[in-house]
Amino acid sequence: MPVYVNDKPVELGSQRWNCIQAAQQAGVFIPHYCWHEALSVVASCRMCLVEIGEWKDGKVVMQPKVVPGCQTPVKDGMVIVTGEYDRRDPTLPPLPYDPAYLQAGPPGSRAKKAQADTLEALLLNHPLDCPVCDKAGECLLQDYSFRYGRSTSRMIDPKNTPPNKPHISSKITLFTDRCIMCTRCVRFTREISGTGELCVVRRGHHEEIDVFPGRPLENKLAGNVVDLCPVGALGSKDFLYKQRVWYLHTRDSICSRCSSGCNIYVDSNKDIVYRLRPRYNPQVNGHFMCDDGRYGYHFTHAAERIRRAGLLQQPSTSASNDPDYPMRRWLAWPHLVSRLRQSLQSLGQQPQRRVAVILSPFLTVEEAFLLAKALRSLAPQAQLALGPVPVVGDDDRYPKDVHGRPVEPTRFIIRAEKCPNRRGVETVLRYWTGQVTPAEELLRQSWDALWFAGGYPEAAVVEAALPSHWSAPPLLVVQDLFPSPLTEAATFLFPATSSFEKEGTFINAMGIAQTFPRAVRPLIDARSELQLAHELLERPGLVQAAAVRRELGRAIPELAHLATIDPPAAPERIELATV
Amino acid sequence: MPIPESQVRWVEAPRLGLWEQLYLPAVVEGLKTTVRHLFSPKVTEEYPEQEPKLPPNYRGVHRLNRDEKGRVKCVACYMCATACPAHCIDIVAAPAPPEWQADGREKYPETFVIDELRCIYCGMCEEACPVDAIELTTLYDLTGYTREELIFDKEKLLSVYDYTVQAGTDPIRTQAGRLGPASEPATFRRPTHS
Repeated sequence: MPVYVNDKPVELGSQRWNCIQAAQQAGVFIPHYCWHEALSVVASCRMCLVEIGEWKDGKVVMQPKVVPGCQTPVKDGMVIVTGEYDRRDPTLPPLPYDPAYLQAGPPGSRAKKAQADTLEALLLNHPLDCPVCDKAGECLLQDYSFRYGRSTSRMIDPKNTPPNKPHISSKITLFTDRCIMCTRCVRFTREISGTGELCVVRRGHHEEIDVFPGRPLENKLAGNVVDLCPVGALGSKDFLYKQRVWYLHTRDSICSRCSSGCNIYVDSNKDIVYRLRPRYNPQVNGHFMCDDGRYGYHFTHAAERIRRAGLLQQPSTSASNDPDYPMRRWLAWPHLVSRLRQSLQSLGQQPQRRVAVILSPFLTVEEAFLLAKALRSLAPQAQLALGPVPVVGDDDRYPKDVHGRPVEPTRFIIRAEKCPNRRGVETVLRYWTGQVTPAEELLRQSWDALWFAGGYPEAAVVEAALPSHWSAPPLLVVQDLFPSPLTEAATFLFPATSSFEKEGTFINAMGIAQTFPRAVRPLIDARSELQLAHELLERPGLVQAAAVRRELGRAIPELAHLATIDPPAAPERIELATV
Repeated sequence: MPIPESQVRWVEAPRLGLWEQLYLPAVVEGLKTTVRHLFSPKVTEEYPEQEPKLPPNYRGVHRLNRDEKGRVKCVACYMCATACPAHCIDIVAAPAPPEWQADGREKYPETFVIDELRCIYCGMCEEACPVDAIELTTLYDLTGYTREELIFDKEKLLSVYDYTVQAGTDPIRTQAGRLGPASEPATFRRPTHS
């Protein structure tokens, strides 16, 4: 038998669902605060109250009492009436409700009143400081009050104003008076991170979220409690008062700080990234992301970034001991690219000259492919290698027990490999050379020309990969984000782009290829690695990642499915395909 | 779309009779108007020698109000900047200094800049303000030698407040507590010269 939600029948099959999920299948939204798909059910906020009933002798007999939708499992033939019954599809024939039920009012009126009363109770102690609250604009209390609540308050007594608790974490602050005690954050620290730092203290109207003395909320997943908080009680110190949320442009993207490839939203305004939030993807990261990724976007706007393209000028023979030389000349991009192409072509005509190309695991698949193609076409003898892969410790698995040991089942992994696309670049390298050579091996040898395509958010990785007695080859081309010994010695220096500033595809540790659009525009003088390769190949105009994706899909059988992926429209979900 | 012929009415100029063709009645009528204005009260304003007294809900230069402790009243909620159709308000918010937080002030404007040249003086900002912190005053003669001079920062806007309080020309909206939000004050009437 189907389940009826506001008179609409839905077939749920053998799925075990609660009323909120069943209603979602029927296209009916049931408001909720405390329920979250990834967390256990507590049914404490009472926002999802619905009326339920069942068929008896050809009539629908409703239970006299409203029940929390999150805690009520759906069974065959169940009838769910929500507070929004009056907004149902009017073309549906009404069910034969029990006349005794209809006497008390139209269907849904009890649930509607229960929800309005719940909101009134939640707002008893909630301060009216929306103008200074960072959550305003994306606050569920605002949204639900507008849609389901009363427009005025009957409260005449003074509100509880417990003091704020900025000390609960170095990254998170608690505005205690704004809390509605949904306990999502407490359940998150107990069930997902397992660290259990947060707890509820005191009772009744004086309930508060708090940490144990001397045990602040410091775990690698702590930032998620800010996203989970349906109101503005938990605030990210990183984002606090930086922007009002309605100014932010949200773009889908992929986190580049480890090989998990968590799906994220990039919130930016005027090409400045202000915040990253996790985007639900059951195959990759679920609902969450780690703090390394969440706060790891600051490098994009760091002052030390390489901003201009330049050429290192060697002294002419007559002034060989001029102290001003070698001198960096900042040149316009087209001049540099044509000079670079000429030097590479002349090398290509001398097959005995040794050329090496290092492609970093921070490049997208498209960039690695097109760079390899461009350099192999200019200098066919070029050897290709995989750039240094940053690895920090071991994979960090959550939840953890009190001793910090991971507990099965694992619900979140922070990978040790701190780069997004090792597998993608390796696939490209195997296509061009049949093997994957590590960059360290190539850097130990001497070369006539070396191309280093970087994009490392931390220059320390590049420094660590260089041998102690390394000397620059005569022609060194470097495209990177931050200054390093390589960029200082670079004959041709190009500013690189961060993962927010380019579009492309990353293949994560599980082999899932994820295509993402550009979130912000790059620095004025920076062009993406893809554009540089495009110009080296003397192709006209601006490069299109989707076209390169089709090209490499045709060339590399392993990535053939990428050819069929349409370019992701910027605000839309990205496509997924398993390699 | 052309106008249909049925809706067109042709009007002929009235034909002048002998009396009208003399023109003397029209001359006398004109002289009557001239003589009446010679003896009626003067409406010409001797600006700039005499400054006009503007109605108190005139929308001139902005001011940023101070609270009872002399601090900027603004809480940096960006409502004015959001409401502004000319995008002339730029705010940078920051957590309030610790001594303010005892009074429940959590957020304050680190900088608050209005480009008075870009502003269209529509008054949306003061309408949007939830704490009556921004108001438009009766100051109207805004001049400067450069464009930069007319980009007013927080200190300048607070000094406008001090000036108007001193001069006793508070905008009428300061009394918004007593009046309705969009009320025309009873004391204000359109100046008549008859």
